[in-house]
Amino acid sequence: MSLLSIGSYAKDAERVKAFLDPFMRRVESMPPGTCPIAVQQSLLQTCAAQTCGKCTPCREGIPKILADLEAVLSFQASEDTVSDIRKRAQLLCDTADCAIGYHAGELVLQGLDTFKGEFESHVQRGICADGIEQTVPCVTLCPAHVNVPAYIALAQEGDCAGAIKMIRKDNPFPTACALVCEHPCEERCRRTLVDAPLNIRGIKTYAVDTIAADQVPVPERAESTGKRIAIIGGGPSGMTCAYFCALMGHDVTVFEGRKQLGGMMRYGIPAYRFPRERLDEDIRAILSVGGIEVQMEHNIDDTEMKHIAGEYDAVYVAVGAQGGKSLNIDGVDLPGVMSAVELLEKAGDGEVPDFTGKNVVVIGGGNVAMDCARTSVRAGANEVVVAYRRRLEDMTALEEEVHAALAEGVEMVVLQAPVRIEPNEEGSVGALICQPQRIGAVKGGRPAPVDANKPEVSIDADIVLIAVGQDIKSAPFEEFGMKAERTRFVADDYLRADGFDNVFVGGDCQWGPKTVIMAIAAGKTAARNIDEYLGFSHELDCGADVPPARPNDRTAYGRVAVPERPIQRRKNDFGHVELPMTKEEAVQECGRCLRCDAFGIGALTGRGLEQW
Amino acid sequence: MVNLIIDGKEIQASEGMTLLDACGLAGVDIPTLCWMKDLNDIASCRVCLVDCDGELVASCNTQVREGMVVKTATPCVVAARRANVQTLMEGHRYECGACLRQETCALRALASDFNVEESEWYLPEKAVWDESFPLIRDASKCIKCMRCVAECAKVQYCSVWEHSGAGPNMNVMVKEGLPINAAGCALCGQCITHCPTGALTARDDTAKVMDALLDPAVMTVVQVAPAVRAAWGEGVGVAREDATPGRMASALRALGFDKVFDTDFAADLTIMEEGSEFVEFMSSDKPRPMFTSCCPGWVRFAKLHYPQFVGRLSSAKSPHQMEGAVVKNTLAAEAKEAGKRIFVVSVMPCVAKKYECSVPQLATEQGSDVDAVLTVREFDRMLKMFRIDCNALEETDWDSPLGLSTGAATIFGRTGGVMEAALRSAVFLITGSNPDFSACDTAESTPEKPWITKELDVAGTPVRIAVASGLGNTAKLLDAIEAGEVDLDFVEIMACPGGCVGGGGQPIEFNKELAKERAANLNALDEADTLRYSHENPDILKLYEGWLEKPLSHTSHEWLHTDQETWDI
Repeated sequence: MSLLSIGSYAKDAERVKAFLDPFMRRVESMPPGTCPIAVQQSLLQTCAAQTCGKCTPCREGIPKILADLEAVLSFQASEDTVSDIRKRAQLLCDTADCAIGYHAGELVLQGLDTFKGEFESHVQRGICADGIEQTVPCVTLCPAHVNVPAYIALAQEGDCAGAIKMIRKDNPFPTACALVCEHPCEERCRRTLVDAPLNIRGIKTYAVDTIAADQVPVPERAESTGKRIAIIGGGPSGMTCAYFCALMGHDVTVFEGRKQLGGMMRYGIPAYRFPRERLDEDIRAILSVGGIEVQMEHNIDDTEMKHIAGEYDAVYVAVGAQGGKSLNIDGVDLPGVMSAVELLEKAGDGEVPDFTGKNVVVIGGGNVAMDCARTSVRAGANEVVVAYRRRLEDMTALEEEVHAALAEGVEMVVLQAPVRIEPNEEGSVGALICQPQRIGAVKGGRPAPVDANKPEVSIDADIVLIAVGQDIKSAPFEEFGMKAERTRFVADDYLRADGFDNVFVGGDCQWGPKTVIMAIAAGKTAARNIDEYLGFSHELDCGADVPPARPNDRTAYGRVAVPERPIQRRKNDFGHVELPMTKEEAVQECGRCLRCDAFGIGALTGRGLEQW
Repeated sequence: MVNLIIDGKEIQASEGMTLLDACGLAGVDIPTLCWMKDLNDIASCRVCLVDCDGELVASCNTQVREGMVVKTATPCVVAARRANVQTLMEGHRYECGACLRQETCALRALASDFNVEESEWYLPEKAVWDESFPLIRDASKCIKCMRCVAECAKVQYCSVWEHSGAGPNMNVMVKEGLPINAAGCALCGQCITHCPTGALTARDDTAKVMDALLDPAVMTVVQVAPAVRAAWGEGVGVAREDATPGRMASALRALGFDKVFDTDFAADLTIMEEGSEFVEFMSSDKPRPMFTSCCPGWVRFAKLHYPQFVGRLSSAKSPHQMEGAVVKNTLAAEAKEAGKRIFVVSVMPCVAKKYECSVPQLATEQGSDVDAVLTVREFDRMLKMFRIDCNALEETDWDSPLGLSTGAATIFGRTGGVMEAALRSAVFLITGSNPDFSACDTAESTPEKPWITKELDVAGTPVRIAVASGLGNTAKLLDAIEAGEVDLDFVEIMACPGGCVGGGGQPIEFNKELAKERAANLNALDEADTLRYSHENPDILKLYEGWLEKPLSHTSHEWLHTDQETWDI
């Protein structure tokens, strides 16, 4: 018998492991604009590294597919090369002994279909693909294309007013985005290669906390054009469009149905995440441009819309998705059942209901469900339960929102599908009855729940809040003649409403409920295209310059988080949960920025970010 | 001001200045490759590295900061620069002996300076290209410095070149993968003169010319453009003051051409025709302005990018085409008697003229006006091939009668020159007396200004002219004309910045724009000339007496005019 030694494999694995984390971070920060076929190639290269070499299709096949992919990438391939890839991948998929092989084959086959166009352009036209070009990741991934490296550099230099001006070049809601943006800009942050993505939202918060947005003067309005623009909806999209149109010298009228401006930023996002006075800072700054007339509590019906479209030079419809979706289950009409939208809307005008001593059940797993749950905690509820059909990790709410809710004492009852709401003796809500679920196979990219072989569960409830989605109130505009598909308005890539010359439409009412920054992006796009439609081509000067880049700081740091108030205190009031970052924290965080606008491909393509 | 230390020396630099420029202030020479001042600071080649506070940074796009300590020549810096040059060479098909750019290749110079070793890597293979096109690209020599991309997009507004793909497959290519002849290329050749290697060259036609020289049945006629006299010496080691037109005429004779003429003669002829056309134009109600037509790069640009203006070009052919037409038609009998056919070679500072000479619509009954166009670089190569000691050549005169010219013709080679020459004669044609030279002066035209304008009072009629060089400037001027922002009667356009002296066929010196220096040379020749008005050229008057009768006559139209709208492109 030979001797056993302990842990030799494990030791090797330990050494490799040190590279797996950077490997994963490499993958996480794959720059937008990377050639999809190059991604395929590197993925397959990883597969090749993982094969043991025992079986024919893997050992012999993968290197040949890799060589074929290389030929495609270097524009040396023909149609035959692509068929060869398919043939070999199919063999791998059909005959490999283990997942390392067949899964590799599946990926290649999937890639051939998903990137059909790119394969064609490489083979037939000798070019990568139209629009494939690396860019500045954060700027590209921000829907409004805010010049992130520039405002970070300005904040680092201590010029927070300059940072706000730079943000406003593309987005007149610096405070809103500082406090509630889902920060897609951070998704592929190149800093991930070194340590972790920059806390871009945190830096923006530092800027607006240092100097309030309404204390930073907006640029001067261009000479009046005499053109009149109507904007339906005073939410993020409408007000963004209003801001830029007004700066361009057009006269803007905003029609808002509610008592105050802000749309879902006021009537959807609770004050503990976005204090109203902070929202007002952005709105005051926007209105300070001049040339924006606001008509509050002015809902538009089809007759008036017809009139507006005729009277104004252009119209931007940005009415959002303000209706609450309901569930088709028994008991939704019982007293004590509310839609999420209804609750948050009231809270928006400061009319928070009193849930003292009550048990609240929230149905849903998105951000709105978390907003309802956390609002209920603050409204004094005895117990708050979120009932959700899938698992915690399947919730569409941001991870940090789920964690915050949990921390504030919200109970997450997962894998429970609502079946009906049962009344109590007084005839109002008594309990939510759920059918327990079991998580099943992946469908459409997400694991789908199926009924578990378990009896129904009853959750005591005095209040049931339904947070399963939002509706677009499209009817008056459809009657006016705008086209909609399942209540979503139809527009072209330039946001021109289908069938109209002077009517533009965008934001949640066009693509369904999304984020604040996407609504802002739509407003910016509409403003530019309305300007062009009216025969102008205004270029706006934001009033701040891009500072020169400092050399990269290559030291790995931890990512600075935005501090929060202690849970036990914050959960009793609607005061802002987040606390300011200190100057030291902010400057360190800014210093991690790799200035992708100045280094790497940015030196070639990053210039010109100053203009739209 | 910003204080920093460069190689131990305290330097004060202005805010926003690059380290590269600050090093220049400190008297330190930093090698560069991809960098082009104000046009390309993408820091891709990594050759201009310096040590800045202990880190290697590209000096071309790093801005100075207070307290920086910069070292430009540490062993670490030099080793890094050398390694990058070595790496560039590994991706470059360095078959230097057969490369047209071997003597002016910036990469080769760096490789030599850095003592680069032979590579163990396979060199890239030559890529497919339409070798019949006047502009040749050899992708296997491209080092992806993007200078051509920047020059074409930012200076010439044609955007023929773009970069595509990423990583090892990032390439410079014709935009959208189009064939080069469909990509809107004006053939200005500026990408060639700004390419640091032999990746971009003009089609070499020297073999074609050698064949003609070798053929006893051919009467070889050569002509030389105005701007060539200001630059031909650069490639053959003749100092500017010694590279006289007379010595150039001798050099051409030494190559064995049977007749050596001066395109300047035809430049005077152009003035007679175009000037007369302009006088007619001024009394007509044709849409204004009229444009000069001697630059085929401009003609191509107009046809490809601003077709709405092509109808407003003067119908006059360019001078070398006129010269060719006159040579072929007036010497036809002499050649026939000798049992020879005429082969006209034009030595030009230009790549577009390689295209122009092959445009079928320009031919007369004696065939194409010009049979081959050589760039100045090709001319210089031939002089070397023949091992002619140009410095030792005596000065000789041009052959007669198509060799005598005026100073007005000589300045055709610089921006504003055609306009200036035209004004000198147009005023005479209208008023009967010669204007002052200063009244027609256009010397303030430079490519740094989009365009210049001038208003002359000619016998009580205001004549508003403008001059632009470089196609980016041209585009700006055309846009302004279209927008009604400027009202003009006559406009001179030259495709190359500074005019033909900055032509795409001129000798290449890395990162040096020599147009101004060469223009000064032409101005000096003009000032020293005894004849400075085209209409006073006695041989021109003789040509009209003997052959053409008068400007814009029937024969003139047959030989000397064209309709650019009909040109094949």
